[in-house]
Amino acid sequence: MNHRGKGFGFLITFILMFLFWIFLSEQISSPFHLIAGVISSALVAFLSHDLLVKGKSEKILLKSWRLFRYIPWELWQIVLANIDVAYRVLHPKMPIDPCVIEFETSLRGDFALTTLANSITLTPGTITITVEPRNGKFQVHAIAKEPADALLVVQTMQKKVAEVFMETN
Amino acid sequence: MFLVNVIVTLFLAGGVFFLLVGSIGLLRFPDFYTRLHATGKCDTLGGGLIIFGLLIYHLFHYFHYPLVPVRLLFLIFFIFIANPTATHTVMKAAYRTGVKPWKLGEKRQ
Repeated sequence: MNHRGKGFGFLITFILMFLFWIFLSEQISSPFHLIAGVISSALVAFLSHDLLVKGKSEKILLKSWRLFRYIPWELWQIVLANIDVAYRVLHPKMPIDPCVIEFETSLRGDFALTTLANSITLTPGTITITVEPRNGKFQVHAIAKEPADALLVVQTMQKKVAEVFMETN
Repeated sequence: MFLVNVIVTLFLAGGVFFLLVGSIGLLRFPDFYTRLHATGKCDTLGGGLIIFGLLIYHLFHYFHYPLVPVRLLFLIFFIFIANPTATHTVMKAAYRTGVKPWKLGEKRQ
């Protein structure tokens, strides 16, 4: 990314952070709050502007829309995950059989990998241990055999995330 | 208003239930990783349900402050991003430093 792109990213992040500050504080007339907001927004924008605004952002509206449609399914999976954990915790015999599994995906984008990793952590019986961004390799801790098979064999989640970010799996 | 209060109570009760289950799991499960399963998932949904209940309550009882529910919505959003990320980070740190995962039939750690 060239130098102008960096300044642009800084500016966008700064404006977004400052608007968010005003939204949270509601103190538009108080100079103390405004100056404190400018200082902290500038600090956040300086430290992490490259996280929010990336150089290449093609089809960002379509991707956001698809991500938005993905969220209700993900929320439902979270509810299922919690009922699953509650069942395993409260069952007198504790039906758990933990194992560590590995698999590879074709996903490469940072945001796609993060979404998949967090989705795995939130859905029934699995938590991401490591992600290798170069070859898309995941290491996952599963609490029993069935959730491990859901990731290894059925691969619903990989397909869904790949569809959202339009990276063929 | 009565119906609203019933719905809010259901949300709060659900949140408390999942937080309680998470704590019981923390005590019952045999090793570090399985305990993280209990807390990492249940705290996310439990906290989310409680805040969502508060959001509904505020929306119907104090509707002349419309910004507060939006802030609570942001809070839920951030919890749902930060909690799995933190769980994953703790798990990764434990795996890197060589904490052995518990296998079926072993003694609890």
